[in-house]
This record gives sequence, structure tokens and C-alpha cells, in this order.
Amino acid sequence: MAKATKKTAAKPAARKNSAELFDRNTQSFIYNNQVNATQRMLDFDYASGRETPSVAAIVNPTGGDSFSKFFFGRREILIPMYKTIDKAAKMHPNVDVMINFASFRSAAPSTEEALDIPQIRTVIIIAEGVPERRMKLVTAKAKSLGKMIIGPATVGGIKAGCFKIGNTGGTIDNIVDSKLHRPGSVGFVSKSGGLSNEAYNIIARNTDGLYEGIAIGGDMYPGSSLLDHLLRYERIPEIKMLVCLGEVGGSGEYDIVDALKTGKITKPLVMWVTGTCSKAFKTEVQFGHAGAKAGSEAETADAKNAALKKAGAIVPQSYDDYDQKIKATYQELVRKKIIKPKPEPPAPKVPMDYAKAVKEGVIRKPANFISTISDDRGEELMYGKMPISECFNKDIGIGGVLSILWFKRQFPKYATKFIEMTIMVTADHGPAVSGAHNTIVTARAGKDLISSIVSGMLTIGPRFGGAVDGAAQMFSDAYDRGLTPQQFVDEKKKQGVNIQGIGHLIKSIHNPDMRVTVIKNYVKKNFKATPLLDYALEVEKVTTSKRDNLILNVDGCIGICFADMLRNEMPKKEADEYIKMGALNGLFVLGRTIGMMGHYLDQKRLKQPLYRHPWDDIAYMIE
Amino acid sequence: MAQKAIREADGKRMLARLFKEYSGGKFSIEDKYVTVGPDTDMAKLPTQHRWLTKDKLVVKPDQLIKRRGKNKLILVGANWEQAKKWIKEKSKGPITIYGKFDAKGKPTDKGTTGQLTHFIVEPMVPHKESDECYVSIMSTKDGDAILFYHQGGVNVGDVDAKASRMDIAVGKFPTQAEITKKLLGKVPAKRQKHVAAFIDALFKFYADLNFAYLEINPIVVTEKTVMPLDLAAKLDSTGEFESGRKWGDISFPAPFGRNPSKEEAYIEELDSQTGASLKLTVLNPEGRVWTMVAGGGASVIYADTITDLGFMNEMANYGEYSGDPNEDFTYLYAKTILDLMTRKKNPRGKFLLIGGGIANFTDVANTFKGIVKALKEYQNKLQENKVKIYVRRGGPNYQEGLKRMRELGKELGVPIEVFGPETHMTKIVSMALKGGK
Repeated sequence: MAKATKKTAAKPAARKNSAELFDRNTQSFIYNNQVNATQRMLDFDYASGRETPSVAAIVNPTGGDSFSKFFFGRREILIPMYKTIDKAAKMHPNVDVMINFASFRSAAPSTEEALDIPQIRTVIIIAEGVPERRMKLVTAKAKSLGKMIIGPATVGGIKAGCFKIGNTGGTIDNIVDSKLHRPGSVGFVSKSGGLSNEAYNIIARNTDGLYEGIAIGGDMYPGSSLLDHLLRYERIPEIKMLVCLGEVGGSGEYDIVDALKTGKITKPLVMWVTGTCSKAFKTEVQFGHAGAKAGSEAETADAKNAALKKAGAIVPQSYDDYDQKIKATYQELVRKKIIKPKPEPPAPKVPMDYAKAVKEGVIRKPANFISTISDDRGEELMYGKMPISECFNKDIGIGGVLSILWFKRQFPKYATKFIEMTIMVTADHGPAVSGAHNTIVTARAGKDLISSIVSGMLTIGPRFGGAVDGAAQMFSDAYDRGLTPQQFVDEKKKQGVNIQGIGHLIKSIHNPDMRVTVIKNYVKKNFKATPLLDYALEVEKVTTSKRDNLILNVDGCIGICFADMLRNEMPKKEADEYIKMGALNGLFVLGRTIGMMGHYLDQKRLKQPLYRHPWDDIAYMIE
Repeated sequence: MAQKAIREADGKRMLARLFKEYSGGKFSIEDKYVTVGPDTDMAKLPTQHRWLTKDKLVVKPDQLIKRRGKNKLILVGANWEQAKKWIKEKSKGPITIYGKFDAKGKPTDKGTTGQLTHFIVEPMVPHKESDECYVSIMSTKDGDAILFYHQGGVNVGDVDAKASRMDIAVGKFPTQAEITKKLLGKVPAKRQKHVAAFIDALFKFYADLNFAYLEINPIVVTEKTVMPLDLAAKLDSTGEFESGRKWGDISFPAPFGRNPSKEEAYIEELDSQTGASLKLTVLNPEGRVWTMVAGGGASVIYADTITDLGFMNEMANYGEYSGDPNEDFTYLYAKTILDLMTRKKNPRGKFLLIGGGIANFTDVANTFKGIVKALKEYQNKLQENKVKIYVRRGGPNYQEGLKRMRELGKELGVPIEVFGPETHMTKIVSMALKGGK
């Protein structure tokens, strides 16, 4: 990656012709960070074969000094950013143009600031809605300093193959279609930015192309007038013909009439004033532009068109044959050998932006990620195929949401209720178990919620909470292999392995765990089939005959019932996959975090100090 | 956003509130100006403004109407009861107001018809007609100009030709001596000093509050004082962020005679809800040529071309959508136009021109989505009304947008002709109209 601009000692080179505002080496400042406009300028530069980017730096008044990354063709470059125009000017003494994207509130003061800097010769004001009095003050100042203002309320302008102001000319395809990447012989000026883009197309189709086009903006008092630019074009020898589009309202067009009459404009001028329709309106109509309003007869489009025609401008019958007049005028100049058509250079290729190429469907690439459970791109968040609003309309509950997001299907009510029950029974098991204990200790060490919960969650595994998973796997494996409960118990004994989900510290066959009773009763009543639970209860009979606390505990009960539920709702193979993936462990994690958060909040609420384990509870045994 | 006219009462209230400050305490104008609008409870007004039932009154419509005197729309010297009666009478039904009169006071133009809805009521200022003068300040390209004429009132005539004029460069403020020298040559010497002081203050007030136009005609000048009688003004609405607090609670009313129809009001309402621009003026609901054009500049050119080709009387509407309105807004906008154009059948059929230039950065395919949706909805009505549709547009993603329109034509069984940047922007106007003349 290369820095876009080197600090050079060179002053802005005095242009050979003072009528020229831009050349192929002109560099500018962009005031306000306009990423898209800047990139479009650089794309134009590349298409025009410029060696340096037309943007030297960005003035970002709300940020600090830094750099911003852009493409220059295929290459990436860094464009410096400064907080003030002053600093930017000091660092880039060759820059003489500022493109001002400030808002209507700050457009005038920031332009005056730029005008005060000697090296800046031209300021383009994009904002619409700058107060007229402010703008007149800015214009007067520029005039006294011999500087040029383009705008406000404009898209800017373009000098074909040299310099493009901001967003002028649309996309790069349009730049190339309208041949704006290389100079022709036509100088164009209008108020409207939108219509100038249309005009560049007309000029490209009917002549050898545009030399320079400026949109002065739709305001009542623009910083420079249609005539200002026509007179500039008059002094540029490469420009052989003038094309201008005026507008109803104001008197700027009469200045052109005078210039034609007094011979200040000698090049052929094709001109049309829009707004001839205003006679169709009963009351005064404000068209799109602030200045487009006829206050008197002289300001109407008809009067202006007539006056221009009389003064020698080439005025069409209507906009409809504007293109034909342009064509005829150009061909006349070719016939007179004033214009010698040049061979068309090959159209440049500018790399297309990835996003645009995707949109147009001209490229593809394999995705790095696949997701099949939810989609946030549309108007409404989707869980699977269900919009979030429907989740509520159908009242699918947390169990329903979980069934969609975990198992990609919506389980029936009995199953979602069962899921919710398992969350309820696993939510907490008092402060003494390892998960809650760790959470409490971490919370008391002054840590945040996430750290405290994670500390507790990390204890979940084979010895704590892991029996949900283990029981489901062990029992379904034995059942599927066709072992009798006795064979299963014997096998585990022989292997010296505890049966997961069997045994409780306190509870026994005579003193049953209510959690297990609740779940067992619900499952027996509501499940279509419960082969694994039935099998487990047979196993419990064998184990409790040995010791009465070797009961089916809550982890085992949940795990086994869940496996039954999955086998009821999906093919056995798929159900086994989910158990292998650890879905049941997830169930415990999900439930228990509720309790852990409770313990965290409890400790914070009680403002408990740092916990330090008492010495007398540790057996110190250094050999 | 532009120069916009305000009501006389709003302008006078600003003067009453601020003129003392701007004239260094020399002039104070009492706030005795009441606006009577359609929702004003006239019975309650005298309790808020006691002078209404005490003073002799002047009543005028306050709707940006010029030549109210010549149109006989000023009631002078009335009491409150007479004023109320006059207001009720004048606002009963539509009236026609004329802009040009011959020497005998007979109207010489077609006039504008509309409904009177707002009136200003103020105390009558007894004065001699010979004390009436004319003053105005207007925005010019390089600054402002003050016009003064030592006569004023209804018959002031062509002030541009006869008034004294003083041009002031932007940022400059004339001295009272300069004002006297340039403008007050024909004012009796005894009166010059305070008239100069008044104009000096008026100019500061005008400049500081972002006025674009301020006319007082007549302004009564006597040996003792200066009193504004009739006032007309325009503000530069873009100056709101600087002067809005000084303006106070004001409105920018629509010109007299422009009473938006239900549909126009609806589009105005939509326009205010979005950062984009949606505009609609119905010119002739029975016209056969309807337009739905993207862009402020292009829309004018389409309307121009229809006019220039001699179809002014068939032009049904002016309107534009621009600034990238989203699908919902373009849908509602298109639906409004389709609804209007399919209300009454015409055996010769109708035309819908969906036009536009080459967009700078609006995604053409996207903006067509809303229009396509509306066209589908109106399929039957479009067929029944024998509507022929012409489309011309360019800009980002235009190929896709135009393709959709072509496919839509086949699907709807409605003729749709579609063109891109290779066709001149307004060619569809002549294609449609010259075939159907």
C-alpha cells in the first residue's frame, strides 16, 4: 500500500490558461468525509489515466488527523485526513480546489475559511439550503480575491479526462458511456446537476464529446453564473462550441443575451431555457429549484428563449430537438474543419466493486459460512421459517423457540412444555454446588456478570451436570443392544463403571426426589411412547434392590426422557446424533445459567466482600 | 426552500416585536394586528384584543394578494360588528381577483379564482392621502436595493420606473445621510430626518431577519412620525436556522387560488414524511396525458415538451419524484396518479409517461419496484381506460429496471414502450402524442 500523496514543496502550478480551473494534475481537498464521492473521483481518475489521484486529502472537522483507505484502480492507497483546512493546506501546498460537502449550516463559514487560504482558487459548494445573504457575502469575497465558487446546491461538474467533482457523472459505466474519460470539444453549463448528466449523454452521442461541464446549482444567487463559465469557455481554445441549459426565473440568461450582442461570446452557442410550461399553470409554481420561479414576464422561459434566439444563440423549438441542434452545430464545425474528429481511444476498464458485481450477478464465490437456523436480513427476524411475530401469535413459548433453533423443527406442545419443565428443574440447585459456588466467589472478587457466570459454567462436565448427557447415552446404548436391566447392571459392574444418572446423596426410594416425580408423571401421561424411561425404571429396580439410594436421579431422568422425546419426534439415527453432539448437556447449561445469574445478582445485591477461604479449612501438609 | 411570501399580519407582528430594538428605541409599533382564519372564534377575539371594539378598524384579506385596493377588498373605518359581517360575506364562496387594471379601474386580465380564508384586522390610521409614500427593499444579485417614492398607496403606479433606487452591496449598511441623499430628495426637509432613520432601521431589520423582499405601501410619513400601513414580504426560508427564533410562529401560505385538491394535499403530506421529494399539481383532471417523472429538472422539461408540442390542454398534471424515495413512497405516489387518471374514461384513450433523465446515483430498478406494484394493481382499470404507457430512464442498474417494465407490459396486457439513454429524453412525448393527436 502506498501513500497517495507526497508532501511536495511545489506551489499550485500556474495554469497556462487562467480560464482553466482544472488539469490532469489538479488535486483537491474534500471537506467532510464523503467516502463514496471520493472513491468515485478516484475511479474516474483511473479511467482517465491520471497518474495522481485527484483527491489529495480529506478535511474531516469532526475527527482527528488520520488516514483513510481507497482504491486507485486495483491498488489500494491511503488518503490523509486532517481536522482543519489550514493543516491540510500546509501539508499539500499544491492543492488549489476544495470540494465542500459541508451542511447548509456550515457551508458558508467553511467556504470563507477556504477562501482565506491563498493557494485555494476554486471552491465547490454541494449543500442545498445555504441562506441567500450568506451566499452573497461568500460570492462577494471570492470575487474580491479573484477566486471561483461553483454552487451551492450542485453536484459540481467535470472536465473530461482531467478532473471530476464529487458525484458528477454518475457511475463509472456512465462516465465511460458518456465518454467523459477523454476530452472532446464542447463546453457545457447548466443549473441542474441531474440534467447535466443527461446533457453529457446527448453531447457524447451527437458530437466528439464534452470538454468541460459545470452545473452552477439551482439557487437564486449562485456563486458563479452561467455566463461566468461561458466566458471562461470562450477563452479556452480547445472548446469549439458551447451548450447551455437555462431555466425559468432570474435574469442570468439576459446577461448571456448581452454577451452575445456585444461579441463577448463568439463561439456557436446552443441554448434552451426550460420552464416553457409555466404558462399552463394558473398560479405561480415553484419548480424543483429554488430559483425556478418566474416573478415577471421577462423571467419566463418563452421570453428568454426568444431573446436568446434574437441575439444569435441557436435555440431549438423545444427540448425535444435540443439534440438535433447540437448535432447540426457540431457537424457544421466539422465541415468547416474547425473541429477535426480524433480516433476514439479504447474504453478504459475500471475494476468493478465486489458489492456491485454481486448485485449484477456477474461473479460468485463460495461462502465461508453457512447458516440454516435463522435470518436477520429481511423485514422481520426469522427463527427457521417462522417470523418472530408468528412465534408470538402462535405462542410457541421458549420451548418452541428452542425446538426450532436447536432441532430445526417445531415440536408439538407436549414436547415444548417438557423442554420448559427441564429448564425449570435444572435452573438452580442451591449455592453449594460447584457451579453456583464458583459464580459466587467470582462475583465477590468484584468481577462482572459474564466473568462470574463463565466461571461457574466452566465447572459443568463429567462430574457436575454432565450426567444428563451420559445417562441418555448409556441407557439408550444398552436398550438398543437388547441387554436386560440385569445384564446392563452386571456389565457396568464388571467394567468398574458407575451407571450415569443413578444414585443420589440424600434421596432414596423411600424419600423420592420431587423433581424426578414431577417429570416422570408428566412424561408417562403425555409421551406417545417411553421405552427408555421404562427400561431405566426397570434398571432402578435392580439397583435399589442393592442400596435404596441408587435411584434414578434428576439428571438421569431428564436425559432419558429427553432421548425418548427426540425418538418420538425424529428418526432414531438423527436423535442419537443430537445426543452425541451434546444437545442434552446444553439443556443443563441453559437451565443452570438462570440460577448462576441469580446467585451473581444476589451477591452483588448483598454487597458481599472478597471471599477468602479460612486457613483452618485447609489441611496444610508440606512434606 | 426558497424565497417564500408570508402573511401581512406575520410581517407586521415581527415589526411590532423587534422594530424598537432595530431603530435604537426611536420607533415603536404597537402590536394591534389580528389574524382571522377559518378556525378563529371571532366571538372571543374582543376579550383578547380590547381595541377591536373601541377603535375604528381596517379589514383586508391576508393571502398574498396584490392590488387589494383595486379589487375592492379593503374595508376601512368599520366597527367590529361591521368587520365580522364583511369577513363572513367575503369568505362565503369563491371570488375572482384581478392582477391588471386599465386607467378606469376595469380589470384587463382573466383573474384568479379562489377562496378567501384569512383576514387581517387592524386599527385604522387616520392620515392625509398626500402623506402616503412608498418604500420597498428587495434582494438583488450582489446585495439589495431600496426603492422609495414620495407618493404611495393604491395608485402608486410603476415604481420600478419612477421611484428613487439605492443599490447596496452585500454586507454594507448605508448611513442615514446616504439614504437621505439617494432616496429622499422629494421629501420635505422637515420630514427627511425621521424617514431616513426609519429606512435605516428597516434595512437592518430586513437584513438581519433574512428577508428577501419587504414592501410597505403606503407608508404614512408626517412631520412627527412614520407609520407602515400595508405590508408585503418574502423571507428566505433557508435562513430559518439563523433567524427562525426572531420570525416567531409564522407560516408560508400557498398563493391565492391554489387550493390543493385532496390528492395534491395527500402527496404534500407524503412529501413531508420523507427526505425525498414528491410533488403533484393536477392541471386538468380530464387531460389525456399524465406524467410520472423522476427529477425536478427533468419533470419541467417533460411538461415543457408537452406544451411545446401543442398539448397544453391535454396535460393532466405536473409532478416529480426524486431524492431516492423508497418503494412504499413510490408505490403510493404512483397509485395516486393511476387512480386520478382512470376515473373517467376517454374513448380516445390516455397516455402515461414514466420519464426521467440519467440518474446520478438512484438505483433505477429499485425505484421502479413501487411503480410496478401500483401498475399491477391497476391492471383492469388501465385496460378499461385504454392507457398506453411510455417509459424512458437511465442511470445505475437501468437495464434491470427497463427489463422489468418490458416484462410487465406482456404480463398486464397493457401496451408499454420502454427506452433507455440511447433515446432522447423527451422522445417518448412525441412518440406518444404525435401518434395520438
